[in-house]
Amino acid sequence: MTDSPSVIRLPASTLSSRRAPLANPLEQLARLEASTAGRASFQETLRGAGWPDFTPARLEIFQINLGKLCNMTCRHCHVDAGPDRSDAMMTRETVDACLRALDQTPSHTVDITGGAPELHPEFRYLVEAARARGKHVIDRCNLSVLLLPRNAGLAEWLAERGVEIVASLPHYRQRSTDAQRGDGAFEKSVTALRLLNSVGYGQGNPGRVLSLMTNPAGAFLAPNQSDVEGEWKTALKRDLGVTFDRLLALNNMPISRFLEWLIESGNLDSYMARLVDGFNPGAVAGVMCRNTISVSWDGRLFDCDFNQMLDLDAETSDAGMTIETFDFESWQKRNIVTRAHCFGCTAGAGSSCGGSTA
Amino acid sequence: MPRKREDGTTERKLMSEHYYKPDHLKNFGGISEGAPELGKKFFEYYSAVFAAGALTEREKALIALAVAHTVQCPYCIDAYTTESLQKGADLEQMTEAVHVACAIRGGASLVHGMQMKEHAEKVGM
Repeated sequence: MTDSPSVIRLPASTLSSRRAPLANPLEQLARLEASTAGRASFQETLRGAGWPDFTPARLEIFQINLGKLCNMTCRHCHVDAGPDRSDAMMTRETVDACLRALDQTPSHTVDITGGAPELHPEFRYLVEAARARGKHVIDRCNLSVLLLPRNAGLAEWLAERGVEIVASLPHYRQRSTDAQRGDGAFEKSVTALRLLNSVGYGQGNPGRVLSLMTNPAGAFLAPNQSDVEGEWKTALKRDLGVTFDRLLALNNMPISRFLEWLIESGNLDSYMARLVDGFNPGAVAGVMCRNTISVSWDGRLFDCDFNQMLDLDAETSDAGMTIETFDFESWQKRNIVTRAHCFGCTAGAGSSCGGSTA
Repeated sequence: MPRKREDGTTERKLMSEHYYKPDHLKNFGGISEGAPELGKKFFEYYSAVFAAGALTEREKALIALAVAHTVQCPYCIDAYTTESLQKGADLEQMTEAVHVACAIRGGASLVHGMQMKEHAEKVGM
């Protein structure tokens, strides 16, 4: 008997710490190109769907990736984040450059991500500065980080500032959650969700919004969020006494550690076929790269967090533009950079940082 | 298609090497070739059956998964395992669905035991 693909367990460590070949984005891109060889490229597929040029819409979301440091090492992480990644952390100077750039844009939302952004020493500074500008602030939270002793009182602090929490939870039941995020992750997540509920999150208050983000624990597409949100709400309330406001569903991107799992489990080709065959023209207009700017820990600019992890810098008319030299007009005059992984955002119901797009 | 050998004789592939091939599921639409109108009607009907109605798409996927085990169709088992997962079900829920199929199948055998019992009582002393 051999193990079935679903029980393949890769080391719970970062590609970077293992010096794995896939830690190099060029190696990841090569694997994706090879697995989709002979099929229409994403760009050609867009053209066929009536998008000869793939250009941005109005900029709404200013997404800042503070770095790769995280207290968890999830098997599907597209950032290759982990406890050993303190090598990649945004400086205070770059945070200030982000704020200056933010002031040039019409963005209504500052979306803070990582790693676990709450571990970054400038996290609270950035939240305060963004709120002082009247921006809606999103904290992309892994939940367990709220339970660390160093973060005692953080949930309440975020609540007082009206920060929306977008928390990762693969499933409302234990098995799938632990399979993806590590043994014990579900229990910690539930403890953190109860903590958030206790400070007013997830109870319909627009100033205490708790969103849950689900992504599949395996090589299949995410469900349509509107189809399953009611069931999630009922089950979490009934089984665990937890409430939340909205469910977002996100496909797993075939990059970084999830790509490693796809390769090791023999699922890469069939998963890519599923993404390519699942192309939904109706999901294109709402993908995140059209209304988002993504800034990396070292101040580079990207169309989205996934392109950031693949080192696919945004192609602005002002070549080499960074957050220090940011110019909004130049930013808007660009074509979005796409590769095979982009099929992950247009498959099925569509997938974005804001969940389904179709 | 029959293939001509170099010596002019015809080679025919009479049988598959295996009874079940994964490609058959992917190419299922090809069954329409021999009867296009019936194929078209079947696939339209099939799509309509699985669209959300009084039951959700997920409930239908789980029913299909259970029935797939009853009819022991490997194509359907693969297809509706993936479909159930994509509709948000997890392994425990899908396993329970298979147990429903198992219970009905087992129960169907056992309930016929009543016929056995009645007949035995009739002919016995």
